[in-house]
Amino acid sequence: MPGTYIPADYLPVLIMFIVASCFGLVMLTVGTIFRLRRPYPEKLLPYESGMAPVGEPRQRFDVKFYIIAMLFVVFDVEAVFLYPWAVVYGKLGLYAVVEMFLFIAILLVGYVYAWKRGAFEWE
Amino acid sequence: MLVELFFFYFAAAVIGLSLMVITRKNPVHSVLWMLLLFFHIAGLYLMLNAEMMAAIQLIVYAGAILVLFLFVVLLLDLKKEIGEEQYVGVWPTGVAVAVALFTLLLIMTRSFVAGPHGNITIERVRELSHPGVVGRAMFTEYLFPFEVASLVLLVAVIGAIILAKKRIKE
Repeated sequence: MPGTYIPADYLPVLIMFIVASCFGLVMLTVGTIFRLRRPYPEKLLPYESGMAPVGEPRQRFDVKFYIIAMLFVVFDVEAVFLYPWAVVYGKLGLYAVVEMFLFIAILLVGYVYAWKRGAFEWE
Repeated sequence: MLVELFFFYFAAAVIGLSLMVITRKNPVHSVLWMLLLFFHIAGLYLMLNAEMMAAIQLIVYAGAILVLFLFVVLLLDLKKEIGEEQYVGVWPTGVAVAVALFTLLLIMTRSFVAGPHGNITIERVRELSHPGVVGRAMFTEYLFPFEVASLVLLVAVIGAIILAKKRIKE
């Protein structure tokens, strides 16, 4: 495949993924082999001497969770733009600083709007 | 040889994980399989010499978009749909669309001709680092699209608040 190459710098990341997966698998396997297995119905109860749960565990979530997630996505994307800027602004100088402040100023309008509308308040 | 091995691993994983995402009956499980899928797509980006894309894939998609997906799933309250067989009536349509898309992609890849090389070669990327190259292009050549992106994000913030906050007030 043209242009495809082995990103050799990421070998430690690959090793970490393999070690982490093996660690989890080994722990679970070792646990399954050595633990005692004596199931009885009381073990499936939520709490000892506790109340049995009423109703379904799945409930419709409040829409305010969605607002928080949406704001997180938007400001996460903004933060992603800051990474390449942080690498090059020393070389591009004042020009890049002005550009980024303009970018942040436009998003600040959205931030102030969200604040004024009470999007950050948890009612 | 090693390149092919890695590529086929990632390609097969992407296809297999996509199938897992669309065949799970519990939508929360679908979202979790999608997390694994996004990690493998990031691996493909790494192999295409696009480290910055791989990082953004993980930060934005695996980090933020999936949280949004999860909240949408919880918001929809899919209690009844989980027990039912999914998409029973639309199998023929789905297969027809998939075959048509595959044929189209096949025709396109057959007639694909690589364009001329740009200024940014792999050596230059190595020299300046991936975020450095992206930053240079973004803050000089593509300044206007970059500033427009902030307006798009502004629209997203205001739109989400208008849509969701109105329901709380009522």
